[in-house]
Amino acid sequence: MRTQYDADDVKRAIAALVDQIAVTFSHDKPLGIIGIRTRGEVLAQRLTQLLKARGFARIERGTLDITLYRDDLSEIGPKPLVRPTAVDFDLAGMPILLVDDVLFTGRSIRAALTALADFGRPAVIRLLVLADRGGRELPIQADLVGLTLKDVPREHRVNVRLKETDQVDEIVVEPRNT
Amino acid sequence: MTLASDDKPRWTRKHLLSLEELSADEIRVILDQADAFKEVSTRSIKKVPALRGRVVVNAFFEDSTRTRTSFALAAQRLSADVIDFSEKTSSTNKGETLIDTARNIEAMGVDVIVVRHGAAGSAHYLARTVKCSVVNAGDGAHEHPTQGLLDVYTMRERFGKIEGLKVAIVGDIANSRVARSNLWALNKLGAEVILVGPPTLLSRSFEQLGARVVHDFDSIIGEVDVINMLRVQFERVKSSQFPSVREFTRLFGLTWDRFQRCKKDVFIMHPGPMNRGIEIQSDIADGPQSGILQQVTNGLSVRMAVLYLVTSLG
Repeated sequence: MRTQYDADDVKRAIAALVDQIAVTFSHDKPLGIIGIRTRGEVLAQRLTQLLKARGFARIERGTLDITLYRDDLSEIGPKPLVRPTAVDFDLAGMPILLVDDVLFTGRSIRAALTALADFGRPAVIRLLVLADRGGRELPIQADLVGLTLKDVPREHRVNVRLKETDQVDEIVVEPRNT
Repeated sequence: MTLASDDKPRWTRKHLLSLEELSADEIRVILDQADAFKEVSTRSIKKVPALRGRVVVNAFFEDSTRTRTSFALAAQRLSADVIDFSEKTSSTNKGETLIDTARNIEAMGVDVIVVRHGAAGSAHYLARTVKCSVVNAGDGAHEHPTQGLLDVYTMRERFGKIEGLKVAIVGDIANSRVARSNLWALNKLGAEVILVGPPTLLSRSFEQLGARVVHDFDSIIGEVDVINMLRVQFERVKSSQFPSVREFTRLFGLTWDRFQRCKKDVFIMHPGPMNRGIEIQSDIADGPQSGILQQVTNGLSVRMAVLYLVTSLG
């Protein structure tokens, strides 16, 4: 099992994702890109920049905090603090690209979909993740995947670190609590 | 835009009983949470499932319109079920009434009791008696923590920070739980608090709590950033302590004449309900420098944050 992906790997994965977006959505129509806090937000920012350079002129960007929608709120002990959600455009009838860093059990995505439904009824929602590590507990799959990580033990964490929040671009698979 | 890295939860309290016992950091946690919750009220569907299946009881032994409504709406926006329990206190056996009520309420399996009671310390007392969370919505003349929080939240929203602000709290300080909660929060967050009122309703002992005590409103009118006008509480004031209403208005009312001597960007606040024409002139209360309705709006976000936090320990 490969456990280390460096800045070049991250860059290639993001470039591949931009290519996939360019064939999935049309550049002359509106597109909403919504990142899930924290690293999904950073990814959404980067993707927006790269897509604008490729002629996507009508991108709206938003940020979703899913804390209030988690299905494990009553089970995880102290609840995390809530940070602001910022979706300042009308989702109704829009194609939406939902962005997260790692896809694991699918529960965050389930929560994000429930949250999005409170903002309106998009035309379509596609899911983009930088890394799919397997291990789903819900029937949820990503439409656009940067990296597929194979055979990651459940008790391991997949840590995506991005310059904007972590001073470095890398993906590291490591045992929990290290 | 700057991005914060993952926050570690720093809230460890099951109850919100007073602001005196909170640290500056704990107050900031509540204010920051309120920021996050404010957005919920701007959505087309103004509701999040955070407290789904939880029960919040509004137990009000004293009259209240805005606080009770605000707590009820806050709980509903978090998807909690809300029960309203209102009863006027019998003056002879306050303690017994409170215990009985608490036990009855607890037997219904509730998660949070929001309590207002005429006796100072009643929320603390309740918190020791029951297993669920207790939120103080006003206990006698002691504290009204969510009002203090929404006041500093509104000031922070207006000025960007609390540190260094000069805040005058004016009126019947002795009988005001709002004044005490404001004083604690503002002191902890680094504001300078000036308490203003007649000597009968504002003793020098407040200086020990870290406030400047002033009996002449006009002497400080030009130096403050915020003026928080308290309601004249006719139901609490004993006539011997209280000047005539006309005299009170003349000495401590926010009149047009005084308003014109204020700083240009002075921010006017009032916890409500207002006695228009007595402690505050109507056109000032409704004017562009008044934050009175923002206070009410922000109260909702602050109370959502408080209900979320006190139930956040799992």
